[in-house]
Amino acid sequence: MASLKALRTRINSVKSTRKITQAMKMVAAAKLRRAQAQAEAARPYAERMQRMLASLGASVTGNPDAPRLLVGTGADKVHLLVVVTADRGLAGPFNTNVGRFARARIRALEAEGKTVKILSVGRKGAAYLKREFASRFVGEITFAGKKRVGFEEAQDITARVSAMFEAGEFDVCALVYNRFRNVISQTPVEQRLIPAPLPEVAPAEGPAPIYEYEPSEEEILAQILPQNLAIQVYRALLDSAAGEQGSRMTAMDNATRNAGDMINKLTLNYNRTRQANITRELIEIISGAEAL
Amino acid sequence: MATFELELVSPEKLLLSRPVEMVIIPAAEGDMGVLPGHVPMIVTLRGGVISVRENGQETERMFVRGGFAEVGPTRVTVLADTAVPVANLSRAEAERLIETAERDYQAAAANDTPEKREAAMNHLLAMRAMKDAAQAA
Repeated sequence: MASLKALRTRINSVKSTRKITQAMKMVAAAKLRRAQAQAEAARPYAERMQRMLASLGASVTGNPDAPRLLVGTGADKVHLLVVVTADRGLAGPFNTNVGRFARARIRALEAEGKTVKILSVGRKGAAYLKREFASRFVGEITFAGKKRVGFEEAQDITARVSAMFEAGEFDVCALVYNRFRNVISQTPVEQRLIPAPLPEVAPAEGPAPIYEYEPSEEEILAQILPQNLAIQVYRALLDSAAGEQGSRMTAMDNATRNAGDMINKLTLNYNRTRQANITRELIEIISGAEAL
Repeated sequence: MATFELELVSPEKLLLSRPVEMVIIPAAEGDMGVLPGHVPMIVTLRGGVISVRENGQETERMFVRGGFAEVGPTRVTVLADTAVPVANLSRAEAERLIETAERDYQAAAANDTPEKREAAMNHLLAMRAMKDAAQAA
């Protein structure tokens, strides 16, 4: 049986752990609210962009000179995976889930004889995937030290992806990230970026208006596609940020609860030991007195 | 007076969504005044000021860096890359941005493709428009 002193230190250490996890949970909850609000604010733009893209895209499909961002290179040989994870750990299964999902995807693609390249966003995913796929890495991006991700960060990532695409370094690009479903559930998903999937838009009531374009359709499309790319990346970043906080909140809530249980158990143990010691001492005194 | 629905959104938030009488959009090929019943159009924007008129008066002035606008039968949607109310612009900030934009342009002019050069030029022009808007405010 552990000594009283050892138990006391143990209880104290678990108590301070509980304080930390509780504080982290609170912080995560506050950050989650902010991240959700940001994701909410980004939605109208993305929706309207999709609508505009749908009306533009329908007019150029089938056209052999359609922009390559929309139709791809025609090949399907080299895949670029942009894996979005968090920069920090202690977020439950958040980072491992994306990592595992990405690993399965990479294995599947390579089994089909395709070449895979990885661009990782966030420190944790990079660390996870590097163990196995270090040779496939083409870049790493982290936002460590940034308070929040803005649209500019998404544009940076997009700029890198487009530069690689223009240089012909890959044929197909997909994003792998945690989609935020609700606070307790985030699912890793893969979303294709290049060639851009055209959004399906439910036909609006009445005949669709016939638009005039200024400048030409092609030129507008050439500008709107990179922007759309940035928006998709931005959405993924926001989803991932909200998911990270949600996941951390759940994880820290569990940790706090576990610490509480452990403290109860240890305290019970401590009290029992103390009582046992007292009883033993009493017996010693009494039997000593009787022996006289 | 007749109105139409105007929506001004940037990737980070929805800035404006309400019925207005008229909006002046800095389209890539010249400013464009939109009144109710305008022909449906999709245009690209250059850097400039979007001005909104309600009740016969100019009520909002927003600087946009670029983006797109969709003029529909009953609604105008402006997708701006960034949008800042003109009153919040700072001249010093604009001058600093002009400097970087000029440097980028010089670099692009020296060794990039014509498209990149044009993009850098457009950026520089947008920044100059921002300074002008800041000065006027």
